Amino acid sequence: MAPRTARRTGGAATRGPRGERLALLAPGLLYLALFVGVPVLLVLATTVLRRGRFGGLVFEPTLDNFSRALQPVYVGVLLDSLVIAGLATLLAALIGYPVAHGIARLPQRWRTTALILVVLPFWTNFLIRTYAWIVLLNSQGLVNDALVGIGLLDSPLTLLYTPGAVVVGLFYAYLPLMVLPVYASVVRLDPELPEAAANLGAGRVRTFFDVTLPLTLPGLLTGVIFVFVPSLGNFVVPELLGGGKTVMVGNLVRDQFLKARDWPFGSVLAGAVIVLLVVLFALQAAAARRVSTTGRA
Amino acid sequence: MSAVAPEPANTAPAPEPAQTSRAKSGPGWLWAPMALAALFLYLPIAVLVVMSFNASSSPFSWGGASLRWYGELVNDAKILDSLRNTLVVAVVATAIATVLGTTLAVGLARYTRSTALAAFSTAPAILPDLVLGIGLLVLFSLLSVSLGLVPVTVAHSVFGMAFVTAIVRARLNQVDPSLEEASRDLGAGAVSTFFRVTVPGIAPAILAGALLTFTLSIDEFVIAFFTNGPDTPTLPITIYSMVRFGVTPEINALATVLLLVSLVVVLAVARIARRTSPQEPR
Repeated sequence: MAPRTARRTGGAATRGPRGERLALLAPGLLYLALFVGVPVLLVLATTVLRRGRFGGLVFEPTLDNFSRALQPVYVGVLLDSLVIAGLATLLAALIGYPVAHGIARLPQRWRTTALILVVLPFWTNFLIRTYAWIVLLNSQGLVNDALVGIGLLDSPLTLLYTPGAVVVGLFYAYLPLMVLPVYASVVRLDPELPEAAANLGAGRVRTFFDVTLPLTLPGLLTGVIFVFVPSLGNFVVPELLGGGKTVMVGNLVRDQFLKARDWPFGSVLAGAVIVLLVVLFALQAAAARRVSTTGRA
Repeated sequence: MSAVAPEPANTAPAPEPAQTSRAKSGPGWLWAPMALAALFLYLPIAVLVVMSFNASSSPFSWGGASLRWYGELVNDAKILDSLRNTLVVAVVATAIATVLGTTLAVGLARYTRSTALAAFSTAPAILPDLVLGIGLLVLFSLLSVSLGLVPVTVAHSVFGMAFVTAIVRARLNQVDPSLEEASRDLGAGAVSTFFRVTVPGIAPAILAGALLTFTLSIDEFVIAFFTNGPDTPTLPITIYSMVRFGVTPEINALATVLLLVSLVVVLAVARIARRTSPQEPR
């Protein structure tokens, strides 16, 4: 069926009458253009405008917002955000990558169950999942109780309202988004390739680093994007688990839009997030292209 | 946020080459990280569920089993109001997303070869919710639309549409278009072919997309936070103000109820996804 479908859809491009094409494509595309394309362009356009005295926008072009974003305090927040989101992503990769391999080695009928188990926490309310860590990390919480109980600690540690708590909260929130794309690339990996490497005398470590890892790299990088991007722009976890002491770029954007009412400056900060995102996607696409030309994954 | 969540539907039916050797070997030492991840993922949730039956009003100590917090939950007018708002938004957003997403998917799969348009159709799912939230805030302010449930519904329908389009389009690529051609050759019009041949063939994917949009909308916080007004909070916004101003055991009861609802929906979607996937025997 596959080749036939390909040929038919290939021919369909020029065959559909114009009216049908328009009726099917236009409503959805216009809706997207108006409510996704225009808002993103507005955010970008806002970066070069001035704020009005009572919020809103004044239509005089300026680059002041950019120079303000380069002040050490804002650059510091941006760097902090990168480090926190980066650590959460690293943890997610260190746990999620082997978990995805493990799931791929389960018998077929257990795989779906395992995947559902991975995804299920993701479907519970994000705020409630974050709140669960307030309960766990609190000085009277389960983690401290356990550490004191087994004699590891004399008195409870301050775990909540630290940058570490923010990292754990982000890692927890987005771990499923690491497991799923890695899993998808692992099951697509031809098992004969690692076997061939082993038959040709490569050890398990060498087989992993020379064959398995490069071929699953696009999946890993997709996972990295899926975890890193929402972590970087997150303002809920830093607020709830960082107790307002850990400020990330998302908190700044939120405050500029809803408290300081400085939309142009908020847009510049959000623009920094968009630029990073584009760079990450470009890297991922490059890695995926390399794999598709050198191997089958 | 949940912006990147269509994976469960996409990964489940992935074509899987022969891997008997790998399956036979089993996870081996990989059980260790798997067990660790399971503990890590479910411990916080288990604590919430257990504590929801706690009679004590301290969220940290056990005072005997009780359904007290469920009683408080069903009598909490604020939660019930915001639940109603959330359901209204989710139903309308799902309807818009399903209709526009399905037609767009058919258009993309059958009437154009443009990959740029296809990429554009997935943009709202990839874009950070923060950016979409502030962008829509600016747009609605410039249009002088007052913030409230209408902007939230529009926002949710937009990203829901991206997921419906992606899922339906993936399904369309597996359906033989010659059925539609046969229908046309036999004299059926474009409209009746669409409703009597195309749609039945992709119905499970449409349903999966709709369910996904509905769940994402019910759970969505960030965009609603920017585009909602103060008088019509949705459930996540009410939860946000609850957890921000202190820990109350009522949240545990709410968490347990929401977990149960998600479980049912996820299992339903998984079932539908399995039925749509041709290569897996039922």
